[in-house]
Amino acid sequence: MITESNESAVAVRGLTKDFGPVRAVRNVDLAVARGEIFGLVGPDGAGKTTIMRMLAAVLRPDAGEIVVDGVDVVAEAERAKLHLSYMPQRFGLYEDLTIAENIFFYGALFGVPRGERIARSQELLEAAGLLPFRRRLAGQLSGGMKQKLGLICALIHTPRVLLLDEPTTGVDPVSRRDFWAILYNLRESGVTIVLSTAYMDEAERCSRLALLHGGQIRRCDTPQHLKEAMPGALLAIAATHPRDVRDAVSGRPGVLGALLMGDRVHVRVDDAERRIPELRAAIADQGIADAVIAPAEPGIEDVFVALLGEETPHEP
Amino acid sequence: MNIQRLLAMAYKETLQVWRDPRSLAVALLMPLMQMGLLGYGVSLDIKHVPLCVYDQENSQASRSVVDAFTASSWFTISRTIGSEAGIRSAMNHGECAAAIVIPVDFSRTLAATGSAPVQAIFDATDVNTTNIAMGYVQGVVAQINATTDARWDASHGVQPSLVGQVDLEPSVWFNETLESRNFIIPGVVAVILALVGAQLTSLTISREWERGTMEQLISTPVTPLEVMFGKLIPYFAIGLLDAAFCLAVAAFWFRVPFRGSIGILFVTTALFDLVVLGIGYLISVRIRNQLGASQVALLLTMLPTTLLSGYTFPIDQMPAPIRALTLIVYSRYYVTILRAIFLKGSGLADLWTPVLGLVAYAAIIIWLAARAFRKHL
Ligand SMILES: Nc1ncnc2c1ncn2[C@@H]1O[C@H](COP(=O)(O)OP(=O)(O)O)[C@@H](O)[C@H]1O
Ligand SMILES: [Mg+2]
Repeated sequence: MITESNESAVAVRGLTKDFGPVRAVRNVDLAVARGEIFGLVGPDGAGKTTIMRMLAAVLRPDAGEIVVDGVDVVAEAERAKLHLSYMPQRFGLYEDLTIAENIFFYGALFGVPRGERIARSQELLEAAGLLPFRRRLAGQLSGGMKQKLGLICALIHTPRVLLLDEPTTGVDPVSRRDFWAILYNLRESGVTIVLSTAYMDEAERCSRLALLHGGQIRRCDTPQHLKEAMPGALLAIAATHPRDVRDAVSGRPGVLGALLMGDRVHVRVDDAERRIPELRAAIADQGIADAVIAPAEPGIEDVFVALLGEETPHEP
Repeated sequence: MNIQRLLAMAYKETLQVWRDPRSLAVALLMPLMQMGLLGYGVSLDIKHVPLCVYDQENSQASRSVVDAFTASSWFTISRTIGSEAGIRSAMNHGECAAAIVIPVDFSRTLAATGSAPVQAIFDATDVNTTNIAMGYVQGVVAQINATTDARWDASHGVQPSLVGQVDLEPSVWFNETLESRNFIIPGVVAVILALVGAQLTSLTISREWERGTMEQLISTPVTPLEVMFGKLIPYFAIGLLDAAFCLAVAAFWFRVPFRGSIGILFVTTALFDLVVLGIGYLISVRIRNQLGASQVALLLTMLPTTLLSGYTFPIDQMPAPIRALTLIVYSRYYVTILRAIFLKGSGLADLWTPVLGLVAYAAIIIWLAARAFRKHL
C-alpha cells in the first residue's frame, strides 16, 4: 500500500486514534524523507503526542499504516524499535540513577555491546557537555541537562530515526541552542528526526512542517512555503497595552486576524497600503496614543492563525 | 531471553532498591521488627478437638471412658487406633491433635485399687490447641469421676460400669517444653516473606508508571519476560536473605528446635518466595499507582498469611467453609511445611502434599505474571 516506504524514513497513511469519544488523531498521512528534520506543530491537544507514540510503537493505532525505516510498525512493533528511538514528552529516565547508569541501562536494552557502549557514551557525553556530571543523579539535573541526557540515551544505539516529543519544552534558551546544534549534527550523519513542538519559532528550524490541529494535518510544507502561501499582509502594532489595540482593530473591514504576540499585536490585513491609515485612526479613536504600526515578516504562528481563522493556538 | 538485557534490568532494579529508603526499610527492618514482636501466643476458644482413641482393653469400663469423651462437645473422636505407632502417624498426618490411651489392665486396676490411669497424648506443635485440649481432657476426666462417685453413692451395692478414680497422665509430643514460641516462630518466616516479597514487587511496575519511566522503557526492544525476571531477581535474593536471617534467629536466638533438612527448607522457601513475588508483580502490572498496588498486595498476602495459614489460628479449629478456603491460601502449605520441618523433622515423604501445592502455586502465578505485562500504553 505504501509506495514511498523505500525512499521514506517514515511513511504514515490513514493514521487514526480514538480515546473514547475523542478522536485524537484523524486520518493522518505523512511522508518524511531520510535526513529530514520534520516538525509536527500544533497547540496543546492537537494530537502530537498521540502521533509520536504510535510512530514509536508504544501505542496501537485504531486504523492506518506506519512504516519506519522500512519496517511495518503496526505488524512488527518490536523489530521497529531497533530502528528508532523515542524521547517522550515527559522525562522518562530514572531520576534515582546517575547519568552514566541511565546510559548504560538503555545501551544494554538496545543490545549495544559493553565496550561499544562505553566508547559511544563517552563520545555523546562529551558532545553534550555532560561528561563532568556523569555521576550525578538524573533527578538532580536542570531541565536542559535532562533533555540532553534523554537524547544521549536515545542515541546510544545509533538509531536511524529519532522521534522527539516536545524536546525543548521547559528548557532554557542556551540549552535549547545546544540541543539544536546536536540535532543538526545528527542530520549531517544521516539520522532522520521527527519532532513535535508547540513553539512556533522552533518550528522554523525544521526542514518541513506538518501543521496539526484537532488531530488533523492542515498543511504540510517547508516553513518558507507555508509563509509565502499565507494570504494578505502582516502588520505589527507595538503598544503599552497591546490587548486594547487588539480589541480596537478586531473585526474591522479588511482585518483578517489579530494575534497578541507579547508587547505587540500581529494584524493580518487584505491590503497593507490601504489599511494602515484606517487602523491608525481606529486606534487613535480608542484613545491609544503610543501605537506604532509597521509591516512584519510572518512567523509560523501567524501562518497557523491565518490557517485556522479565528481559532488562535496560544491565546490565554 | 537476552542475558545482557536481563542483567541490565536486574542491576537497575537493584540500584533503585538500594537508593530507595522505603524499600530498604521494608527489606531490612521489617524482618527485624516482626521477629522482635514475637513470643506472644494468641489464645482462642477451641471446640471439637480431633481425638484419637487407643483402647487397649475394650471393656465396659474403658468404653464408658471413651463415651464420656464422645459425649463432650470439646472433642470429636476422629479415629480409633490399634497401636502406639498409629498415634504417631495420625498426628503426623494431622488427623488428631490429641490421643487417649486406655491401658490393657484398666478395669482390673480400677477394681483392685479404686483408681486407674488413662494416658493422654498431645501434639504440641500447635501449642494453643494443646494447652486448651489439656484443660478439656482434665474437664472430661473430672466429669467422669464426679458421675461415677455419685452413682456409687446412689446405687448401694449395684456394681456400676465404672467405679473409682480415673487418673490422668498427660504426655506431650513434638514440642516437649510446650513453648508457644516454638509453634509460632517458624510460621513468622512465611509472614515476613509474604510481607517483604509482595510489598517490594508490588511497587516495581507501578513505580515505572507513576514516575513516567514506563513509556521510555517500552519503547526499547526489551521483552516482557526480561522485564519480569530482571525485576524479580533482586527481590528473590532479598527474600531468601530475609528468610535465612529469620530462620537463623528462630533457631539460634529463640532456640526453636530444628529437626529437619536444610535442603527441603531451602527449596520450599524459594518456592514460597516465588509465589509471593509473582503475586506482587501481578498486582503491580494491574495497578498503576504505588499506593494502591502496595495496599492490594497487603490485602492479598498479609491477610491470608496471618489469618488463614494456620500461623496463629489452627486450621483444624476453623469452621468448615473457612477451612476449605485455606486450601487456596498458598501460605498454608508453607507454614505447614515450616512447622513440620522444624518441630517434627518431617521429610519429603510426609510433606509431599504441601510441597506439591506450593509447586503448583508457583507455576501458575509465574505463568500468569509472565503473560500479564503488555508493552504498550
Ligand atoms: N490516554 C488518553 N486518554 C484519553 N484521551 C487522551 C489520551 N491521550 C490523549 N488524549 C486526548 O487526545 C487529544 C490529543 O492529545 P495529545 O496527543 O496529547 O496532544 P498534544 O501532544 O498535541 O498536546 C487530546 O484531546 C487529549 O485530551
Ligand atoms: Mg503532547
